[in-house]
Amino acid sequence: MSEPKFIYVTYIATTPEKLWQALTDGAFTRQFWFGTSVESDWSRGSRVIFRSGGEVHDTGEVLDCVPYRRLSYSWQVEFHEVFRREKPSRVTFELEPTGGPEVKLTVTHDEFEPGSKVHAAVSNGWPMILSSLKSLLETGRPSASTSAEQAHDARERAIALAESNAG
Amino acid sequence: MSEPKFVPNTVYVTYIASTPEKVWEALTRAEFTRQYFFGHSIEVEAKVGGNFILRAPDGSVHMSGRVIEYDPPRRLATTWRVEGMESFRELPESLVTYEIEPMGGSVKLTMTEAHQWDIPDAILAGGRQGWPFILSSLKSVLETGKPIEIGVKMGPPPEMMAAVKEAVARKPWVKSAEKR
Repeated sequence: MSEPKFIYVTYIATTPEKLWQALTDGAFTRQFWFGTSVESDWSRGSRVIFRSGGEVHDTGEVLDCVPYRRLSYSWQVEFHEVFRREKPSRVTFELEPTGGPEVKLTVTHDEFEPGSKVHAAVSNGWPMILSSLKSLLETGRPSASTSAEQAHDARERAIALAESNAG
Repeated sequence: MSEPKFVPNTVYVTYIASTPEKVWEALTRAEFTRQYFFGHSIEVEAKVGGNFILRAPDGSVHMSGRVIEYDPPRRLATTWRVEGMESFRELPESLVTYEIEPMGGSVKLTMTEAHQWDIPDAILAGGRQGWPFILSSLKSVLETGKPIEIGVKMGPPPEMMAAVKEAVARKPWVKSAEKR
């Protein structure tokens, strides 16, 4: 059996520059990413921190950064013990201009532990986050389902799912 | 003969700022599918066992099948046979299911493509390339009124064509049915 891996592709009517800003600027991420703000200087080896209401939710380290093209960082979920005890996984964003007025965004999340609880949680989370990102860039409004108010419920669901599969 | 067993191989989920009724309409009415499904028009009979057709922009039949589940505005499942390309016609039908759920102020749309044989990744690559584009564009149509424009030409991946030819020559689905 192959390693668990999550791949999601979406097409967004925007520019690579705007999409890059949305992925790397905390003022943008908190609008579509369950209320979490990303912080990093985005140089290779630098820390990446996702914070919500002062709490650290996820951390990582920049593995690769080619502005407007490719961003990769390690990913440690910090917000609950059931995820925190796993080794870090890896997230990679690839932005490709298509020759038209849209950008193809490919998100690959891999390097999970066998039987990873994080894998199951992010497989639910990424479509919500990336749908909301697309809405934000195309309409100026993120999805209601990824607001800070919904974030608490989403995290509770992720924890419940992980704990129901534990053991 | 027992019903064939379909195993899901490709799943795509998107959240749309819309209502289940509008998402259903966008999936089942030709004036919508023409906008986001590479110009194709859907024709679907509103009953289980009814006919399903996806017509290419020139009017020819690209896909055909029958309705397996029809539950507006929540679930639509249809079998798909590719009619528009020579050797594809001989492949076993696949099953495409759309599931629509209201969720946290948006609509969650889940597309599942399932198959009744051990289909190689090279053939699945066609759908895995097409669905993200189609469903991204559907979301844009409902949220902004405008589809995603195709900047690049998108055809079946070359390795997919080769894999279909090989599968049709070997017909592994016939063999596995005999084993049962």
